Amino acid sequence: MKAIYSLILVLALVVIATLGAGAAKMQTIFAYCVPGTAFAIFVIGFVAKVIGWAKRPVPFRIPTTGGQQQSLDWIVQNKWDNPSTGPQTAMRMLLEVLTFRSLFRNTKVLLKHDDGKNPIVAYVSAKWLWLFALLFHYSFLVIVVRHMRLFLQPVPQFIVAVEFVDSVLQIYTPIVYQTNLLILAGAGFLLARRLLDAKLRYISLVNDYFPLILILSIALSGMYMRYIAKVDVMAIKDVVMGLTTFKFKAVPASIDVSFFVHISLVSTLLAYFPFSKLMHFGGVFLSPTRNLPNDTRMHHHENPWNNPDIKPHSYEAYEDEFREPMFEAGLPLEKTPEEAA
Amino acid sequence: MKLYNGGKIITGLVIFLGIFLAPLAYNAGKAAYTQPKLKMPENEKECIESKEFMRTKHMQLLDQWRDWALRGEGQRFYVNSKGKQFEMSLQKTCMKCHTNKAEFCDKCHNDASVTPYCWDCHIQPEGLKK
Ligand code: HEC
Ligand code: HEC
Ligand code: HEC
Repeated sequence: MKAIYSLILVLALVVIATLGAGAAKMQTIFAYCVPGTAFAIFVIGFVAKVIGWAKRPVPFRIPTTGGQQQSLDWIVQNKWDNPSTGPQTAMRMLLEVLTFRSLFRNTKVLLKHDDGKNPIVAYVSAKWLWLFALLFHYSFLVIVVRHMRLFLQPVPQFIVAVEFVDSVLQIYTPIVYQTNLLILAGAGFLLARRLLDAKLRYISLVNDYFPLILILSIALSGMYMRYIAKVDVMAIKDVVMGLTTFKFKAVPASIDVSFFVHISLVSTLLAYFPFSKLMHFGGVFLSPTRNLPNDTRMHHHENPWNNPDIKPHSYEAYEDEFREPMFEAGLPLEKTPEEAA
Repeated sequence: MKLYNGGKIITGLVIFLGIFLAPLAYNAGKAAYTQPKLKMPENEKECIESKEFMRTKHMQLLDQWRDWALRGEGQRFYVNSKGKQFEMSLQKTCMKCHTNKAEFCDKCHNDASVTPYCWDCHIQPEGLKK
């Protein structure tokens, strides 16, 4: 049901854009106002969200990370899994962000049976999530970089190089980019995983399905524009450059509605981003299990939310305060009232 | 307002803004973008198909031409929507009217950052170059 709600939401967006830019002829609104506003919401919302997180006190280190922590000299420390210094922690963060090591550790629970047919709970490695998440994220990155051809003039050589590598198989005309197919495979797997695995389906919410279906439809609408509708790329560059130079022009009539559908979906993604789980883009850098070195035995941690007015209260002082009632209740005491007197 | 690890987080946010606002900075101060001025054939009035069709579907047409001419029955002539006949050839047809690749095809392709690999093998015929 939740997946269907998300699908309906996305389809509603498609219909709004089709009717708005097509039938109602509001091209200017859909070409300039909607994406401009969405981008502003994205940037400001993102910064505000991160500043909001930064105001929260940093918790005590969580040293439950995989690998041997720093110990005696002759015990080999696993520096990237259980770092104790800043640079080691930076390395762990870098590897997490670039290679998704947490997902690589993903396991699956299985019920197996030994020879005597006794049940054994087994944990086996499950790398599919890691693989497809990696494909998905890197494809997304390459696709965003490639799109910069429409945002920059002259087009930097770097972007031409990315396009060249991405289309190196030289299949079909207009040429097929590998990332087009990989992002569909990646996002498709992430969606199928939620739909087909009963345990995952149970914990999936609309805000899990919606971004996935949205991103899939963005990819599909983009491919539709390129391979089926064959939109006027030069006219679109004109509009997009108008957006990035703030020199808006009348929207050329030759632009197909599929373009407006595409950018409406992208605008939705941008505006939704700061308020959604997609903020893990910024959030991963602030995850306490990733960004705090395991140095609890080297540094004193001052709990930031301690009230300075509350002074330390030792057990001795506590017993001094409650000795009489404790004695009456028959509780064991370090000093009996007689001894204390 | 107290920020915990404020220095690092602000640095991160500055990098974020730097990356996402880079396109605006890159284009800042430049004149408004205009679509490239193409050098049109002087003695011809019409392309193979309508101008709108050619603008958006010329790569599809070329792709079909290639298939029809070289695979299939080796049919080498194309009849357009108005009944006019053209030889299906990149070098001999397109480039005969659009004699200057640099001032025509490349103008659009540079801006749209497309590098058709056709020119790895096909050449712009010297005799047609001006
Ligand atoms: C009005 C601008 C314009 C002109 C003029 C133009 N092209 Fe293109 N061409 C494009 C655009 C834009 C694309 C890419 C479409 C896309 O990215 O979906 C393209 C793509 C192509 C492709 C497919 C490339 C690929 O890798 O998929 C070929 C082949 C091509 N053009 C050939 C030519 C030839 C040959 C000429 C000159 C006779 C020419 N074009 C003139 C705009 C133009
Ligand atoms: C008979 C000469 C002739 C031939 C052959 C020809 N063209 Fe054209 N082409 C023209 C003319 C003339 C125009 C301008 C049409 C107009 O303004 O209505 C044009 C326009 C175009 C445009 C649109 C440019 C723009 O934005 O205004 C493209 C793209 C194009 N041609 C590509 C090709 C390709 C690719 C081929 C080969 C498949 C080809 N042409 C073959 C004469 C020709
Ligand atoms: C690997 C080299 C190579 C590449 C790359 C290549 N071609 Fe060709 N092409 C050929 C050869 C060889 C022929 C055969 C010539 C003949 O038999 O007339 C040919 C023939 C053609 C023909 C029909 C005949 C003619 O005279 O033009 C078309 C149209 C054509 N190619 C279009 C393209 C287009 C468009 C591209 C880019 C998308 C392209 N080719 C890329 C090698 C290539």
